[in-house]
Parts: sequence; C-alpha cells; structure tokens
Amino acid sequence: MNELIKSIQVSIWFMFLTFPIMVIRVNAIEKSVIWRWENLALVGVGSFVLSFVWRWALRRKEAGDAAAASGGQEAGRLSALLENPALRLPIQVVLLAVFCTIPWFVTTYQTNILISFLLYVVLGLGLNVIVGVAGLLFLGHAAFYAIGAYSYALLNQYFGLGFWVALPIGGLVAALAGVALAFPVLRLRGDYLAIVTLGFGEIVRLLLENFSDITGGPSGISNIPRPGLLDMQLSVAGANIYIYYIVLALALVTIVAVTRLKDSRIGRALQALREDEIACEAMGIDRVGVKLMAFGLGTAWAGFAGVVFAAKTTFINPASFTFFESAIILSIVVLGGMGSNLGVILGSAFLVLLPEYMRAFSEYRMILFATAMVLMMVFRPQGLIPEKRKTYTVSDPELNAATGGQN
Amino acid sequence: MEPVLDVTAVSMNFGGLRALNDVELKVNSGEIVALIGPNGAGKTTFFNCITSIYTPTEGEVWFTPKQGVRTKVNGMKPNLVTALGMARTFQNIRLFKNMSVLENVMIARHCRTTSGILGALLRSPAVRREEKEIVDRSYELLKYIGLHKFYNEQACNLPYGAQRRLEIARALATDPALLLLDEPAAGMNPQETESLKHLVLKIRDEMDMAILLIEHDMSMVMSLSERIYVMEYGCLIAHGTPAEVSSDPRVIKAYLGEEAHA
Repeated sequence: MNELIKSIQVSIWFMFLTFPIMVIRVNAIEKSVIWRWENLALVGVGSFVLSFVWRWALRRKEAGDAAAASGGQEAGRLSALLENPALRLPIQVVLLAVFCTIPWFVTTYQTNILISFLLYVVLGLGLNVIVGVAGLLFLGHAAFYAIGAYSYALLNQYFGLGFWVALPIGGLVAALAGVALAFPVLRLRGDYLAIVTLGFGEIVRLLLENFSDITGGPSGISNIPRPGLLDMQLSVAGANIYIYYIVLALALVTIVAVTRLKDSRIGRALQALREDEIACEAMGIDRVGVKLMAFGLGTAWAGFAGVVFAAKTTFINPASFTFFESAIILSIVVLGGMGSNLGVILGSAFLVLLPEYMRAFSEYRMILFATAMVLMMVFRPQGLIPEKRKTYTVSDPELNAATGGQN
Repeated sequence: MEPVLDVTAVSMNFGGLRALNDVELKVNSGEIVALIGPNGAGKTTFFNCITSIYTPTEGEVWFTPKQGVRTKVNGMKPNLVTALGMARTFQNIRLFKNMSVLENVMIARHCRTTSGILGALLRSPAVRREEKEIVDRSYELLKYIGLHKFYNEQACNLPYGAQRRLEIARALATDPALLLLDEPAAGMNPQETESLKHLVLKIRDEMDMAILLIEHDMSMVMSLSERIYVMEYGCLIAHGTPAEVSSDPRVIKAYLGEEAHA
C-alpha cells in the first residue's frame, strides 16, 4: 500500500512537471491552444509503472549486496560459466573459429563493423592497462590513436614506408608520446590527471588540425595505401578481409600480451600503485618508473590500432580523434569492468556493435547511451564482468592437512 | 662494528613548525631499539625522515647494509632506501587492500627481482623460475609469520591483528637489514601483543636483523628492547636501558605531567 502511494506521488509529480511541454501546444498561426490530455494520461501511467520497476530493481540490488556480504556468492551466472575450466577451452576454440571464418559469410559492411569492433577491443585493452590496472584516470586515449594513425600516414606520404614497417613505428611513437605526457603529470592523480590528459588529447587534435603544411589540416590525409599481400592486387572487399585478419591477429596478440603483463612482476607493481602509492614506494617499487611504464604500455596499443585504422579507412583527418572517441573508449573500460580483459571485450561489443545494429534508433543513441551508463553505475558499478584476481596455488602438504584439503 | 643506523642531529621543519629538533639515534646490528614518546612527539615523522619519505631539513642519516658500505640515505628516493635494506611498517595500516595476502608479500619482492616488460611478454623459463621463486619465498614468509592459511584471502578481509602481522611479513620480504616497526601492537589484544613480542624476538634472532620500533605498549617496550629513546615535542629527552629510562624524572614528567598536577 505504501509502495502504491509512493508511485502515485511520483506519477502526479511527473504529470505536473511535464504538463507544459507534453499537454499544452500553442498554435501560433491560428492563435489557439491545443490541450492534449491523452499525453497526460500516458505520462501518468508510464511514470507510475517505471517508479515501481525502479524501486523493485533497487530492492533486488540491496538484497543481492546483503547476500554477497553474508558470504552467499551471487556473482552472476555468466562469469561463473566463463570461469568454468572445463568449458573454457571449447568456448575459446569455438569463438576463434567463428571469428576466423566469419568474413567469408558476411557482407563487406558487416566485416567493416567487425573491424571497428576489434579495433575498439585493442584500444580498450590498452586503456585498461592505464585505468583498470594502474588506476590512473586517463581521458586522452584518442590522442594516441591519432598519433599512431598519423605516424603511418605521414611516414607513408613523406618517406614511402609501407604498412608493416609503420606498424611497429606507430606503436613505438605512441608509447614514447605516452611516456612524454607522463613526465609532467607524475604527481597528479584522479580528477586532476583526467583534466590534464583530456587537455593533452585536445592539444594533439588541434596540432593536427593547424599544422596544415605537414598534416593537411582539417582536410586530413587521403590515399593511404592498404597493406599489401605479397604484391597481389586485392579488390576492395578482399583488402577488407585481409585487414580484418590483421586486426584479429592484433587483437589476439593484445589479449595475450595484456593478460601476461597483468600477471607479471610489472603488472603487480602497477596494481600496487593503484592501491597505495606510499606503501608502494616503501616496498621498493620505483613510483616514477612504474608510472611511465603504465602510460607507455597502454598507449602503445592505441598506436598500433591507429596504424591499422589509417590503413583500413585510407583517409584520416583530425575529426576522427575527438574527445568523444576517448570518452567511448573509457566507457568501454568502465562498462566492461575496470581491470578485466574479458569485460573490456564485452564492453566494446556492447558499445560498438549495438549502435551499428540499432541504426533505427540512431536518433536516440546518446539518450540510450547515457541511460545505460547511469543504470550501470547504480546497479553494477564494478562493470559487466568484474576484475577476476589471479589466484596462486601453493603446494604445501602441511596446509592441506591442516584444512582438510580444502585449499 | 659500524652501527646499522646512525642518525646525526636530524631536524625537520614543516614551514614554521619544527617537528624534529636535533635528534640523534644509533641502532647497532642485532639490536632491538624502541622509540617512545607521547602522541605528537614526532616519532612517525622521524621514521619518515629515515626512510626518505621526507627529506630532513638538517642532519644526516647514515645506513650500513649487510656486507655493504656506509651510505647517506637522506634525500635518496624511498624505493632505493628499501632496496638498500631498510623496511618499514605503517602506523595506519597501508596494505594493498584489494590484493590477496600472498600478492601483498609478492609485491615486496619487487626490488629483489629483475624481470621486465619483455620477460613478462615472452615468459621465458628464467622469468617463470623467478616467478616461482617469488611465490615460494613469499609463502615461506607467510608461514613464518603464521598467516599461510589465508594466503588467497583479500588483505582487507583479514582481522586487524593479522593485517598488522601481514605488514611485517611484507616488510620482511624486501630482505632488510633494519626493520622499522611503527606501532606494531596498536589495536591488538593482550594475547596478540604477547605473540607479536615473540615474533619480533624470533625475527631478530633467526633473521639477523636490527629492529627499531615505535610503541605505546609499555610492557612490550620494556621487555623487548635493549635500549630506549624517549621523545617529546620533537626533541630527545632521554636515552638508555629500560630500567634507566623508566626511572628518569623527565620521562615520568612527559608521560604523567608535573607532580603537582598529578
């Protein structure tokens, strides 16, 4: 009963608030006012139902939290399924097979979408090293994407370097730029770091836009060659499939490399930096070195992705590397689950594939986007797939005897 | 025999505030030395000066590692001081809360291991061997300190006393020659304090280590330490064996106030 009254109150309040815009319409030509009372009813019923659903969801979440706190693990069936070791290998094999064969069954348009999905996976995993593992809030990832793309475009335009030579150079240049940015921001954390990196992203974009003599300014660089395959002339569709495989390989390499890094001595130092900087130093970790490493390791992937992006589109201009791009990449990481590689992959599937396949709703994209983000932060702040800590196993007969073999 | 730690006339100013004033202190190898004093006397500031988290305004801190040369450590980066062989715990526990107990100790092996980015990516046999050594050594230390049952627990889920012990294990993992304990018994019950006392003695005897501790628990300080330094308002007011210090009128005054007020 109490719930009912609350919902009615919400509904009345919403009807009152939206009354001027939803009900009254002034016709300026006929100088008359149209009263659309049916809208009032719709708003009333709609907000009544939504307020019910909202409170039900909140209660459910609180119940879930309480259950998790009292030891009952309600971690989500999806991640439990993915963690099952018996299923893990078959799932990986099937996914790999699907991704390897899919470009032969779908149109060039679909392949293109998949390429951009995989590019965002690489970008997201790179940013995940900085934001998720090392805990440094970073809002300028698109700048390094741009640096990679422009390294290839410019090296090709001025020195005639091919794709395969430019790929490592692009990554290296982006990593060096990342380290160079890290130097002045060593002392910053949190919001302050976010502001500086955001500014850096804009600086790079503005430089590219205004250095017209070298970069072609806002009109960008066109006629960037696609990667060649043994001097063969590939059709556009064929070249697209070829690039798809390159990106797929890049994504796989990234996944393996980032996972290995995270579980290594360096990865542990990065995580320690995220947890407590002072304790980190007192335990003998060089704070400066590790921070520079975090930036370099994260931005290098953006550089690789940038080179591939330039080769894929054959045309780049600064408009592709706005702050919006950085925000999308950060959203992928946050939505997927900070520090979790699997989460980042799912996050980019969600944020790149969904908008493409829901073109019908493209007008409402930003609204849906924002709603999804807000709901996510309320109901699942740790992301789609929370970070899974590596567990170490120690063979200690005494311990097993003491705990009855439970560990 | 050189003292492990030799602090000469260290002062520390924060703007106009003089937090430490000409503090002199020596720790010989294999010795347990306590630093006591009322709250706000500057004990933790002193620790921060020794470990180079702060750079002292005046004075010098000399440290002699095992089989090493006497080095001036003030002004060095804190991580290098740790690498030299000085490890500390924190008064307000500073564990890596969201990491497992074992990982907390493993991180402290960082300065004794070398594998880099390339090693992590390629996972060569040498790197894997080093990784295994890190795990084994860390686990061994957990066992030494008695926390091995919790090795896969998250550090923040440990009971308070266990967290304090984990801090000690983490400090030991850096292979120190001098262990600095900042109020290790704070918040512990009498049994925990008692077992901590045995642990500290055991560490000193078995691991050949000098220990400098800050502590408020007088029974622990008096029974553990060979020498005691007493601070008040940033100055050393007394120094000597437990018996000498506990009968020193200035110390009694600092702790209990003037007789007229008592």
